[in-house]
Amino acid sequence: MTATTTSRAQALPIGQHSRERSPGATLFLVLLWASLLVAFATLVTLLVSTIIEAGDRLDSTLLTEYPSSRPEEAGARPAILGSLWVIGTTAVLAVPLGIAAAVHLEEFADRHSRFNRLLELNIQNLSAIPSIIYGMLAIGTLSLIGVQNKNIVIGGALALALLILPVIIISTREALRAVPREQRQASLALGATELQTTWRVTLPAAVPGISTGTILALSRALGEAAPLLLLGALVFISFDPNGLLSGFTTMPIQIFGWTNSPQAGFRELAAAASVLLVVILLAMNALAIIIRNRSQRRW
Amino acid sequence: MTATQHLRSGPAEQGRSGLPADWGLGRTRSRHGETVIRLLLRAAAGLSVLITAGIVVSLLVPAIGFFQQVSVVEFLTGTRWAPQFADPSFGVLPLITATAWTTLIALAVAVPCGLGAAAYLAEYARPRVRRILKPILELLAGVPTVVFGFFALSFVGPALRDWLGIDVGTFSILAAGLVMGVMIIPTVASLSEDAMSAVPHALREGSAALGSNRMQTTLRVVFPAALSGIVAAVVLGISRAIGETMIVAIAAGARPQMVTDPTMEGATMTGFIARMALGDSRVGSLEYDTLFAVGLLLFLLTFVVNLISIRLVRRFRQEY
Repeated sequence: MTATTTSRAQALPIGQHSRERSPGATLFLVLLWASLLVAFATLVTLLVSTIIEAGDRLDSTLLTEYPSSRPEEAGARPAILGSLWVIGTTAVLAVPLGIAAAVHLEEFADRHSRFNRLLELNIQNLSAIPSIIYGMLAIGTLSLIGVQNKNIVIGGALALALLILPVIIISTREALRAVPREQRQASLALGATELQTTWRVTLPAAVPGISTGTILALSRALGEAAPLLLLGALVFISFDPNGLLSGFTTMPIQIFGWTNSPQAGFRELAAAASVLLVVILLAMNALAIIIRNRSQRRW
Repeated sequence: MTATQHLRSGPAEQGRSGLPADWGLGRTRSRHGETVIRLLLRAAAGLSVLITAGIVVSLLVPAIGFFQQVSVVEFLTGTRWAPQFADPSFGVLPLITATAWTTLIALAVAVPCGLGAAAYLAEYARPRVRRILKPILELLAGVPTVVFGFFALSFVGPALRDWLGIDVGTFSILAAGLVMGVMIIPTVASLSEDAMSAVPHALREGSAALGSNRMQTTLRVVFPAALSGIVAAVVLGISRAIGETMIVAIAAGARPQMVTDPTMEGATMTGFIARMALGDSRVGSLEYDTLFAVGLLLFLLTFVVNLISIRLVRRFRQEY
């Protein structure tokens, strides 16, 4: 019991036979299980009830058809394509910027300067600002440069990119921090410059961590509706979006639109599109978690 | 900062090492191309300041326009919210009461469940069990809020009515708040698990040596030791509950009224912004500016809450 208890996960031999099994302790453990159960049960109920509500609308029509005033004919094709366009553009905007900012802060910035500490505080704070505020920032910015029609792919991507930028910066910094100093020192000792070291040694070593963070950030953007709502993305789009200036709607927005419709048929559609979106997002999250678990390297 | 920049010689100035600044073996002068890249990197980092400034400006300018026509006192103390009526009224309290109710209900779900899950994962679960359970818990955070909102509207609301006999309408603060609580569980659980795992083993062993069982150790030793981290997790949960939009926009209803009972429907601050964005109010009109006045209030609220949370996180990270 004394020095042998190296891991807290191991059972405490003495307690187990006496006080660990007292009614109070047992009840406490049951409560802990119950609190985990609430989360898991909700997740399962959500999935099952949505799949049941979707019923037979989970078919190929959902993927191939345009929205329609008649629910039985309607599909989410423009929303799916719109989501692809917006998320693609978001990734192009946010990922390089986020990684660049993280590299600066983690590898080059003077940690003791007051400005940099403020910068870090600022980024942390940005990451917790409600997403709808980013929508207001986007309409403000677009009005400033005189854009009349705000429901364009680049506008939506701008809002989402600003939204996920702090998340990418924070996770990239954590990935960079996990790369041991010796790797950098070895590279520098061979005569590489600091940038060469960063580009050829530090960044490649941090790739798993960076991609985990990026996938999680993009999946957040993919499920986000509030900022796009402000840009006016809740519109009837009956064409394939085809460029940065094209009008668009996305899957979460389309689901929101269908949720609002009184006809029962649209509720089924909303459920079917929800199932599709949840499956995509859970797959992305699972991928990120798998990458993270695989890459937990011991240096 | 710029003055010292030129004098720096190697990678050691990052301070992480504790080595003197002239330790570095790096080149004493960067190549020109590298200077340019470094400036670009720095610009990318500086962009975040620009984003914050952009948020403040884009909220403040229309909000100032609003407050020139509506007094701040009337805005903050009025109990009737009807910006679009012929006889407009701009008392924001109905939105605030609805936000407070959804936040409280969400916390009533998220705090006990999140802490319970964290305590189980940090104190009881074997490593293998933890490796399986934690990712599943994190998956909950991957469900988009639109889908949570739809779930609240199509399942939780009817379930409250039909199974529990609670008299809720189609839209209710209660259903929205409960689902929002579940959405926040991973946030609370993950941060407080970090805080509990950071408590040194020696404390647990000391507690066990005095004859405590695991429950007593968890409640009387680990919880108090991890308290600032746990409070930070809860505070971050509050911030997320205040700012969450789609769940309340879908399931809480749109009628702004002073909410005194969670079975009522009500419009939260975010719910109002979302609904308002759907209508087409002219840019520059008082209605349009209302959006930003509420947005500014929302921003300030979450800003303060976030700062408290960040400060608490810093404190618990430095303790051990």
